[in-house]
Amino acid sequence: MNRVPRVILSTLAPFLGLVLVVLAFWAWGCVAKPDATFLTPFRMTLIAKQTAIVGMGALGMTLVIVSAGIDLAVGSLLALTSVVLALLLRAGVAAPFAVLATLGVGALAGAVNGLLVTRLKLVPFIVTLGTMLLFRGVAEQIASQQKIATEAPAWLSSLLDPPPAGAWPFVCTGVWIVVLLGVLVAFVLKNTVLGRHVVAVGSSEPTARLCGIAVDRVKVLVYTLCGLCIGIAGLFQFANLNRQGDPTGGSGLELEVIAAVVIGGGSLNGGRGSVLGSLIGALLMTTLRSGCVFAEVPDPIQKIVIGAIIVVAVALDQWRKRAA
Amino acid sequence: MSKPPLLSMRDVAKRYGATQALRGVGFTIERGQVRALIGENGAGKSTLMKVLAGVVPPDAGSMQVEGRPYTPRSPHDARMARVAMIHQELAIAPDLSVADNVLLGGEHARFGVTAKREQYAIARAALTRLGRDDLDPAARAGDLGLAEQQLVEIARALVADARVLIFDEPTSSLGERDASHLFRVVGELKAQGLGIVWISHFLEEVQRVADVFTVLRDGAVVDDGVMAGTSLQRIVASMAGRAVDAMFPKVPHAIGDPVLTVDGLSGVRAPRDVTLVLRRGEILGIAGLVGAGRSEFLRCMFGIDRVHSGRARRSDGRAVGVSPRASLRAGLGFVSEDRKSEGLALDLSIEDNLTLSHLRPFARAGVLATSRRRATATALAARLGVKTTGVTQPIGALSGGNQQKVALARLLHEGGDVWLLDEPTRGIDVGTKAEIWRLIGEHAASGGTIVVVSSYLPELLNVCDRIAVFCKGELRAVRPAHEWTQEAVLHVATGAEVAMSARSDA
Repeated sequence: MNRVPRVILSTLAPFLGLVLVVLAFWAWGCVAKPDATFLTPFRMTLIAKQTAIVGMGALGMTLVIVSAGIDLAVGSLLALTSVVLALLLRAGVAAPFAVLATLGVGALAGAVNGLLVTRLKLVPFIVTLGTMLLFRGVAEQIASQQKIATEAPAWLSSLLDPPPAGAWPFVCTGVWIVVLLGVLVAFVLKNTVLGRHVVAVGSSEPTARLCGIAVDRVKVLVYTLCGLCIGIAGLFQFANLNRQGDPTGGSGLELEVIAAVVIGGGSLNGGRGSVLGSLIGALLMTTLRSGCVFAEVPDPIQKIVIGAIIVVAVALDQWRKRAA
Repeated sequence: MSKPPLLSMRDVAKRYGATQALRGVGFTIERGQVRALIGENGAGKSTLMKVLAGVVPPDAGSMQVEGRPYTPRSPHDARMARVAMIHQELAIAPDLSVADNVLLGGEHARFGVTAKREQYAIARAALTRLGRDDLDPAARAGDLGLAEQQLVEIARALVADARVLIFDEPTSSLGERDASHLFRVVGELKAQGLGIVWISHFLEEVQRVADVFTVLRDGAVVDDGVMAGTSLQRIVASMAGRAVDAMFPKVPHAIGDPVLTVDGLSGVRAPRDVTLVLRRGEILGIAGLVGAGRSEFLRCMFGIDRVHSGRARRSDGRAVGVSPRASLRAGLGFVSEDRKSEGLALDLSIEDNLTLSHLRPFARAGVLATSRRRATATALAARLGVKTTGVTQPIGALSGGNQQKVALARLLHEGGDVWLLDEPTRGIDVGTKAEIWRLIGEHAASGGTIVVVSSYLPELLNVCDRIAVFCKGELRAVRPAHEWTQEAVLHVATGAEVAMSARSDA
């Protein structure tokens, strides 16, 4: 049973990273800001909100990265889906239908990525680099380059609102959705034929083809599911922005999400990735950002720090691969 | 009543552009029979294999499996028709478990959820048939050794109820013990009524495993028969299309003045304190066990591995071993034993590979005269008899022997006089081996100096002027080749212990 240490190791490492980040900011707070603490309920709520969005993206991205793909368009797609939702609601479409349509747009956009990758036999990096711009343009066009503010029923607009302190269900609905879907995705990856085929495609595509796996169908499905996840994240984004669709929102999300997956043990060469690890990675990324705000790190420096962390995470991925 | 053969192939032809890769090939395989497919590189074995495995369709001819027409359009089709190929580059998903790999594409599942226990049982049963019930079905396939990964691939074929297995150079990356186990496994599979196609360069191995054989040359069957009672000489002769009385052609050459002096040369780990003088027109063979420091010696001289102490220099005083760039300038040339990742850039064309290390003759102000370069590359490729459709062809598309010819052509192009060759004939066919030895002899005859590492003693003993034997990083003895015997070399190579029964006669 030499698999156990590997599993523990791959989730332990990001978890340790998370603890380290929290401790670092806490310690900094003790020294530099004796009258404030890092982990206030307010800040934790903020972190939870952000994590719901990044974590949702990380779920989809985990599938994509395990299949040896990449999706750079998730940030733009987040903007697009939140704009679509806001426009539909403003046009008077009933909320449940608007939500379904938003999820549909997300899945459709993902399917477009998948079809471009498989039909045109293009590298995912290039395809999604293109659709990143494309989706952003569509979002800005249909929103007339304006933020779209609208009304929405409470169940939708309060997705990321925390329940009263200390009361069930402790954290906002959005986080629970991420956790439940996380369990589902982890189960699918590990214990279903589809999941095994996703790993096989990412691990060795020629082998998968040889064994009669419909490689192209698996890939299209993976990108579609990723798009669906971003559709859900789009609902969160809409709620988070106080019932607004923002065509300029979500820029840079793709990097945070990819970093979360890689920090969580995903390999950009495919075949490897852990749902739990990715979610911890997402929590780490948002904690880091929140901590930078707390520590009053100026915005440019924040970018430098987060950029450096992404590079380190990818370097770690390489190192892990060589060590394995 | 006579059952139709397990697999039969009749008049199969395949053309790639101008190359007729297969012309009217046919053979049959019976139940419980191993048929060896033998031929030089470029004889059409790979194409035949691809046709059998459904990778490429034949232009003409027919195939049948158990009497039914067999027209696979993909490897998966072939598998469905109970024909499975065991690849040289193994087809394993390293991140999946052994059981997942064995059942990949044929999972046992309920509502899409895999039935783990059932899958483990099936995988274990298949591995037991292969004599390895100790392999854990839950282990990650990528953590297994090559031999075990190969068994996983065979197990996959068994689970798919394959009737015909095609082995492509199955022992090329296996050690002696793993190879022996594989031979036993093949014996078992024969006994279970499977038909096997065995493709290999090692004739001794073929003799051990196969019942019948087919020899291909230039895409056609030139010999076919029962293995028992057939001499290796006959097979080699039909492979080469001529009596190979001279497997190691000797070109007369005269030994002259010293050209390079090695003085106490040591690497970081190996070699240790090597002192040697190389002469004009000399072929020096380097023998020794794997890991004795032979490759390291060449690599230090060429400047790829770091020199720890001591030095090597040309007789005119130019230093050698500082960097590959300096060594090239000092008239050295090097052919790596690792042709695929170090010796050649597989994605690049023949002309790129041939001229990359020495582009200056074609450059004016940094701009390449492409037509002149192409003419030079074409002439060199033709001189060495590289089988190709043109020098712009990617070198990865050539057979191993032809790739090696290009690697040697590069040395000719560089124009250096001292060649350092690390296992130049490994993994290539008999005919090309002879051509390479002739080329080496001609280089010596024209005043060049060659240092050649080889694990195959007969060729060193036949071709070299002197042989140096390495053991544990040290140069233990240098003597004229005629003073050595295989036993004497082994005696020194093993550190004067009792001569072991290595593959000295392999």
